[in-house]
Formats: sequence, C-alpha cells, structure tokens
Amino acid sequence: MWLTFLHVFHKTETVEYPEVKPYLAPRYRGRIVLTRDADKKERCVACYLCAAACPVDCISLQAAEGEDGRRYPEFFRINFSRCIFCGFCEEACPTYAIQLVPDFEMAEYDRQNMVYEKEHLLISGEGKYPGYNFYKNAGVDMGVKGKGEGENEEKPVDVNDLLP
Amino acid sequence: MSLEVRMVKITIDGKSYEVKAEKNLLETCLSLGIDIPHFCYHPALGSVGACRLCAVKKFRDKDDTKGRIVMSCMEPVTEGLIVSVEDPEARSFRASVIESLMTNHPHDCPVCDEGGECHLQDMTIMSGHTYRRFDFPKRTYVNQDLGPFINHEMNRCIQCYRCVRFYRDYAGGRDLNVFSSRNHVYFGRHKDGTLQNEFSGNLVEVCPTGVFTDKTLKKHFTRKWDLSNAPSVCVHCSVGCNTIASERYGSLRRIMSRYNGAVNGYFICDRGRFGYEFVNDEKRIKTVMLRADKGAELEPINDEKLYSNLNQSFSKKKNITGIGSPRATLESNYALMTLAGKENFYHGISKKEYLLTKTISDYFLTSGIHTPSLKEIEKADTIFILGEDLTNTAPMVALAVRQAARNIPNEEAKKNHIPLWNDIAVRELGQNEVSPIFIATTYNDSLDEIAEKAFRSSVHEIANLGYSIARNVDEKAPDAKSELKDLPELAVRISAALLKAKNPLIISGVSNGDEGIVDAALNIASVLRSKRSNVMLSMILPECNSMGLSLMPGTSFEDLGNKESDTLIILENDLYRRSGNDFVNDLFKKSSQIIVLDHLNNRTTEKSDILLPAATFAESEGTIINNEGRAQRFYKAVENKNQVKESWKWLVDFIQIRESDHSYSWNRLDDIVESLANELPVFSKLTKYMPDADFRMLNTKIPRQTMRYSGRTAINANIAVSETGLPADPDSPLKFSMEGQQENPPSSLVPFYWTPGWNSVQAMYNYLNEPDGSMKGGDPGIRLFEPVPAADNKYFKPEIRSAEVKKDELQIFPLYRIFGSEELSSMSPSVSQMIQEPSLLINEKDAVNLMVNDGDLVMLEILNDKIKVKLKIGYGVQPGMAALSMNLPGMQYFELPGSGKFHKL
Ligand code: SF4
Ligand code: SF4
Ligand code: SF4
Ligand code: SF4
Ligand code: FES
Repeated sequence: MWLTFLHVFHKTETVEYPEVKPYLAPRYRGRIVLTRDADKKERCVACYLCAAACPVDCISLQAAEGEDGRRYPEFFRINFSRCIFCGFCEEACPTYAIQLVPDFEMAEYDRQNMVYEKEHLLISGEGKYPGYNFYKNAGVDMGVKGKGEGENEEKPVDVNDLLP
Repeated sequence: MSLEVRMVKITIDGKSYEVKAEKNLLETCLSLGIDIPHFCYHPALGSVGACRLCAVKKFRDKDDTKGRIVMSCMEPVTEGLIVSVEDPEARSFRASVIESLMTNHPHDCPVCDEGGECHLQDMTIMSGHTYRRFDFPKRTYVNQDLGPFINHEMNRCIQCYRCVRFYRDYAGGRDLNVFSSRNHVYFGRHKDGTLQNEFSGNLVEVCPTGVFTDKTLKKHFTRKWDLSNAPSVCVHCSVGCNTIASERYGSLRRIMSRYNGAVNGYFICDRGRFGYEFVNDEKRIKTVMLRADKGAELEPINDEKLYSNLNQSFSKKKNITGIGSPRATLESNYALMTLAGKENFYHGISKKEYLLTKTISDYFLTSGIHTPSLKEIEKADTIFILGEDLTNTAPMVALAVRQAARNIPNEEAKKNHIPLWNDIAVRELGQNEVSPIFIATTYNDSLDEIAEKAFRSSVHEIANLGYSIARNVDEKAPDAKSELKDLPELAVRISAALLKAKNPLIISGVSNGDEGIVDAALNIASVLRSKRSNVMLSMILPECNSMGLSLMPGTSFEDLGNKESDTLIILENDLYRRSGNDFVNDLFKKSSQIIVLDHLNNRTTEKSDILLPAATFAESEGTIINNEGRAQRFYKAVENKNQVKESWKWLVDFIQIRESDHSYSWNRLDDIVESLANELPVFSKLTKYMPDADFRMLNTKIPRQTMRYSGRTAINANIAVSETGLPADPDSPLKFSMEGQQENPPSSLVPFYWTPGWNSVQAMYNYLNEPDGSMKGGDPGIRLFEPVPAADNKYFKPEIRSAEVKKDELQIFPLYRIFGSEELSSMSPSVSQMIQEPSLLINEKDAVNLMVNDGDLVMLEILNDKIKVKLKIGYGVQPGMAALSMNLPGMQYFELPGSGKFHKL
C-alpha cells in the first residue's frame, strides 16, 4: 500500500504514444533494413546466412551475379508477419548488410502487406556500421579490388617463378 | 584373390576393436565412426600422407605412456596396435596443422560456393582451430577460366593434392597440374582453357575447398542446406550412375554423384553432372497443345478441353498405335503398351538397334554369362574392348577400365607387401605398367594410352577379329575371313591373354550398329565360358532404359510398315533421330491423329496434333534398367508446374478413358509396377524393389529437405502470405519437407549426405560400411539377370557381308561424342558449349589423294542424304574409311555403317 502510494510521486513511465514517441536506443531491434556500402553498392552478398539463422524461416532470397562477378540478391524477401525481431540475421550477417533499426511502426490491416521485398528493405546508407566493405577483406575479385589488392594481401604469385 | 578377411585386434583410446587388417588406421576409424580430420586421403584415391592433418598418437605397447605422433592414413592396421585419437598432443598437433593451412586462407566463405558443404570448414571445426592469430598479408593467386563447367578460385587452396591425383592418376587427364614451388604451388592448367577430361566435374566433390566449384550451380547459386533433394539416376547413358538431384524455387539446381558401391562409387561423368540444365529450359513444353485441324497451328488448351477431345480418340472402336522410348521409364512404356495393346506397341528405335539390343538382352537372360557392374569391371585383370569408344558412349565404364588397368601392378604390390591404399608406393612400384587391355575401334580412343594393343580398322574387320578370337579358343566357334595379314596373330595374342587372365572381361556394344561386332563379342564370352567359369561380358547400350525397353514385348517401329492407325501415340521420343526423314514423314501421314508426349520441342513434336507436356526425370518417379540389367528408381526432386505431368500419369488417364468400365485401378506408381511384374515375368523382381510409397520411418516419410532448409515462411509469401500445406506426393516414400527422420534412410532412398560434424559430401562415410565399400543396407538397385544356370553354348554365325564399297566412296562409321551425341544433355547450355560441329574424320592418305585439308567444309553424300561437315584428318581412321559424328543436335538420322563420298564446298 505504502509502495503503491510512493509510486504516485514517481515520474510516469507511460508514454502518450503516438503523440509522444518513445526513446529507442540505436541497438533497438525493430524493422529490418538492407544497407549499402559507402560506394552506394548493395552490401548484401547473398550468402544465405541470415536465412539460415532465422528461427522462423521468414527470410528468402536468391543469389545472382553482376557483370563484374559481384554477388547480390536477385530478390530478398522478409515476411514480417512471421519475423520475431530476434536479430539473429543481423548477428549472422558477415557483411553488416542486414540490420535491425529502431522502428516498430509497421502495423498493417492486411497481412499480405507485411511481406517486404528488396525495394522495401534497401536503404541508401551504411546504417549502424559505417566503413566496412566486405570485398576489401575477401580474397575474391568481384569488381571492388583486384587480386592481391585487398587489405592485408600480397601481390599474386608469379606461377612461373621457381626461386626458393 | 583370397576372399577371407583377416581380422586383427587394435586399441583406440583404450577401447578395443576387432577390425579388418590390410586397411589403414584412418579408414578403419572412419568406418568405426571415429572422426579423424583429414584432407589428402580420399577413399577412391588412397593415402599419400601429404597434409599431416590426420595425426594420431601411436604407443609401442601397454607400458609406453609417451607414444609418438603418426599419420593415421599411413598407418597399417596391425595386430595389437595401440593408438589414441584424443591424446592432447595429437589434438594440438592437428589444430596447429590446420592453423598453418589457414594462414593464407581468404575471408571468402560468404561468397564461396563451397560454404555450408566445405570439408575445410568441417575440418577446421573438428580440429578445434577457432581463432585466427596470424595477422600478416595473405598469399594470393590469379584464377583461370576453366571452361563452362568448373569455376576456379585458387586463393582457397590448401595444397592437399587431391585434385591432381584424381584428375591425372585416377581419371587419366593431362591438362591439370601443379605448378611453381614451395608455398607458391598452383593447381591449374598451363594456361586458361576448358578442362579436357570427361570427369572434370568430380573436382567439385574431390577438392575439399572452394577452389573448384560447379559453374552451372553458380548461375543460380543455392546453399546445400537450402536444397530439396531426391535420389535420382542419371538418364544420359546406359550405365545408370546414381545421382542426387537438387531443387530450389521450383528449378533443378544441380546434380551430384550419389554413392553406389556397385555402380558409380564416388564419381559421375560430366555429361551426367552438367546435362541437367535442359530441365530448366525456358522452352520446355509446359501446356497441352492442340492442333484444331491439319494445317493449323498448335494452340494451348486446358485439361477439360483436352479430355473432351480425347474421349473420341480413345473410344474402343479406334485403333491406337503406341511407340515407346528407350529414354522413358519402364512404367511409362508399360502404361503405353497397356493403352495400345501388346500387338500395337512398338519400340521407338531403329530396326537395327532393336535387333542388336534384343540379341543382347536375350543372351543375358539365357546364357548365364555374368554382366558386371562398374565395380566388377574395376576388378577385371584383362580386358578386350570390341568396337566401343567407351569414353564417349559410356564414360564411367571408361573410368572403371582405367582402374582395372592397375590390377596387375596392384598384384605386384601385394606380392611386395605394399598395401593398396599406399598410393604413391604402389604407383612407384608399378611405374607405367598396366593390365593387358586390348582395344579394337574404328578411330583413336582415349583409352589407347593404357592399351597393350590398339587395333584400328573397319567395323567389319573388328568383328572378324572378334570371331577369330572365339575360334582360337574353341574350334566349334565360327571363323571369319579377314583381309588383314596381321589380324590372325593379334587374335592369337588376345585369346591367349584372355585365357590366362583371372578375371577376363569383354566389353562391346551396339554403337557401331553392327551385328558382327555384337555376335562376335557374345561368341567370345561363350567360348571363354566353356573353358572357365568367371567370364564377364559388358554390353554398352545407347540409352538409359534401352535394356528395359528391349525386355518388353513389341518390335521396332520401323516394322510398322503400311499399318495405318487412328491414333499414333509417341512417348518421349524424337523419331527423326531413329529413322530416315522419309520413313517418319510417311508414318505420320498414315496416322489420323498424332499424340506426342515430351519435355522439349523437336522435329517430332512439331508434327503432333496433340502435344502433352511430360515430366523429366527430375519431376517424376520411375524405374529404368541399366546395361547390366540393374533396375533403379529415381524420385521426384522438382514439383510439376503448369500442366506438366509424368508420362505414365497421362497414359493412365487415357487408359481410364478407354476402359470406361474402370477395370484398371492404377492410382499410383506402385500399382503399375505390380501389374508389370505380374504380366511380364522378367520384371517379377521389381516388386521386391522395396521400399514402396508406403514406406515410413518414425511414422513419416523421408524428408527431402535438410534440417536447416530456410525460408519456409517467405518463399511463397509474395504470392500469398498464408503458408500452404505440403504437396501430396503419393508415389514416393519421400516428402517435400524438413520434418522426419534424417538418419539412416534405406540406401536407395538417401536424398542427401549430412551427418553431425560432416556438412560436406564427405559425410558419405557415415552411410557406408567402410569408406570405399558398399552402402549400409546394401547397394541400391536390383539385378534382373541373376542368377541363371549356364546354357549350352550356341554361337552366332558371321553373316557373309560384303565390305564392298564403290570405288570413289569411303566406308563411313559412327563417331560418338560425350557432349552432343546424347539428346537431352545436348540441350543444356553448359554442355552445348562443348559440342563440336558435325565432323568427318578421314585418313591422312585419303586427304592427300582427295586434296583436302584439315578443317575444310565439305558436303558429304551418304545414301540419298547430304550433310555439311567439317573434315578432320588423322585420328587413327584407316585409309578408305571415315567416321561421321552421330546424333549431334540438328543432324538428320544416318544409318551407319554406310558408305559415301564428299566434295569440297
Ligand atoms: S547474411 Fe547478410 S550478406 Fe548474407 S544474405 Fe543475409 S543480408 Fe546478405
Ligand atoms: S573453401 Fe571453405 S573455408 Fe574456404 S572460403 Fe570456401 S567455404 Fe570458406
Ligand atoms: S585445389 Fe583443392 S584439391 Fe587441389 S590441392 Fe588445392 S585444395 Fe586440394
Ligand atoms: S556415365 Fe552415363 S550414367 Fe554415368 S554419369 Fe555419365 S552419362 Fe550418366
Ligand atoms: S589424410 Fe593423412 S596426411 Fe593427409
């Protein structure tokens, strides 16, 4: 009783949503986005790891290859009516492409509208993790850097060289 | 060969086991289910001790506590052996080996097609190397373009040497090698270019990393865990290699080899691996098409309209003629036979091919001669190849012959107490010695390099050689007169070798279209059989179900003669590939209505009045019979779309229309198989080909999908957000789901290989009794030809055939190509890049006489036909002879052997 009475003097926790928006930390797990590298190219390399990590299997995509060999998702679909916002996809993503952002205002009258395709997911920036470009760290040449030009790489071996 | 297996007692980590001697410790542990990481050891390639990853600790005796580190793959299993796999020092040794292998490994897994089924990933986890400490720059390599089949990403190499050992030592390839030195070694070709070996696709599975990956998969890349798989059987030649067909988003994504200890073992050929793409062809027949009147165009119609149309065609008053196919399943052919009636069922193959395959299947049914599986071919120690260009007509048989070539040197190794798994030692000892192999063909054969003698002549003389060999063994066998001086001597040499051999093998087939060759081969088998009991005869047939079709009633459709029919039904068959244009055109004119069932458009489908979309091997269940008489069933990997249906389902529908009393209650595949087994005794064993569609494990069907199949709730969400139920799938014991028991399905129903800790194909070990042995539960397939009591020899007499050719003409023999000569695989984009233009091989002397050069385009006239071909000079073709590409896409049918002449264009 005393405790209840004391609470009368506390600051109210209830927020008058939607008039007042609550504070959401940057790491809040809300709507999922696909980010881009600083050069504006899609970060996602269509590795399927997020899809595999998803406990409700609500991510589906198909890998494709650009002219320069760069891997990207031909389509990328998230069924938000199934998503539980666990963030496993973000954890699994080796390229920081998929990120959960502080936005939960996704209610729809029609469940079908909860199915997001790539055009709905893709944003134009790097999101929470600026500066990382997967291809500069990988060994492959997929249009971003040549063989041996990546971070921490030696020049390609000269196969005709037999020096010890 | 002594059959008894010596057993020894060994102790592993304090537990004692009784195991087979003559194995190495790694193999033994893997068959006991004890995981030891390894790279360079491969069950089919043996051990070389190169990677140092399989280290374990070996103790001198019980009192030895210190022990020493040995490589388990190089350690023979001997009585009283005491080892420890778990020993901390051995563990840390393995972890540091993999750590150093990984120092240069690129950060590629997300874009690496091996990821998720990578032996290197598995081994890294298994060895416990989890954190990268090496921080210095990584070595890099430039990749090569290796052609339409294989992608190359050299950075990922861990120098295990498996690729070159497979490619060069096992498959006889020349153009892949190791270059440079020290930590710069490079595995590739001397320069960019298409890999030439017919088995290059196996590099995808042999290489434990993502250096060599499947380029066709890359075009629609899917991870292993996302694939929905079905046990399948290759339909691109008569060998019947077992495969795994994998689907995602409704399209067939790849074909991998499926282990069958009796048939293809770990490998398949490139035609089988990359020929699948035709299934996904945009131009597939997807809807029922109807031609309203003769002369009108084919128009798509719906099922309802089709059936109202068919009610008349199938009324009892109408006569129906059915033409079956050697590339359709037994069930479809049988359903067609039932619909048309036995007397109206014809085999959709030329008369000659019919007679040849019939001779062969009758012979196997009655003679008691053993027709070997591929594994048994590998055991032969003397081989005579009569007329077949194996590499191009039955590629995996050629690969088996290459292994058989090592049996004599292997004997030598055994005498010197070198275990056969000790690959380098055995090869060093054997050097270039090979078992006696004799090859008689019309043009150069890639197996020539391992042949003791390669004989080049005409089809006629090759048959004569065969007859003479038989005659040398048994005087009662008929002889044939040869015009060649050195033939008798060669015949004596070959017959002596065959008589001396422990496991002699004759390989021949119908590819030359010559009775003489087939008869001579059977005669040799018969005479040898009268002298000894273990003779093997392998006959290569043209297509995947040629054997099955030849065991059915009916004759060649060329026997149709003047018979007219109200309705002609053609099952999965382009008749223009089987007979001359005139004959087929005439046949079509004589039929009021032509119904064709097929996958892709061809010249026959163009002539149809009703065209029905037929499911391919990947979209249906069905049984086919390979050249050794082994019945094998494939299962559906891809769900049918649009109006596509299994041919047998269409035909069962038609039977039901025709038999309006519904006397046929065939509801599913098993019902047809049962009927077939009851009606035709030669197929009676088929019903024993369990498990049928009612088979259940833990009360449920076997899942086609892996445990980590992703995207279930999103795949179809763009169409409808509510998930739908599973497809019904009543014909198979498999289901399109990830739920159910994944471990230990029956050997014929293994949809994929995956066991805890083993994500790569190497998970196969856990499905086998021992790494290079048979599958747990027995190798799949049921043989129809065994056992029959030996019959008395009856010999085939050589026909008096004139090898007479007009003065200015060349004798022309068929030339087969692995890529191009088979109909379905030729329609795959990757394979079609490998198809050469129609060519004619001629002798150098003829080229000089006729004043033509290599590469010249000429117009060849044979019989009444003409074809533009490119000349190629040499290739072992003898003077006065030529070899013409067979069955390339777009080519008309030629009955070969024949004769003809050409003029320059
Ligand atoms: S894990 Fe990241 S890179 Fe991989 S498919 Fe998902 S979003 Fe793309
Ligand atoms: S080879 Fe294996 S470990 Fe290496 S990048 Fe590919 S998947 Fe990763
Ligand atoms: S390319 Fe593959 S198989 Fe060949 S050595 Fe390298 S890792 Fe081994
Ligand atoms: S040998 Fe024949 S059955 Fe085997 S994979 Fe090749 S084409 Fe297919
Ligand atoms: S597997 Fe034994 S050393 Fe490589």
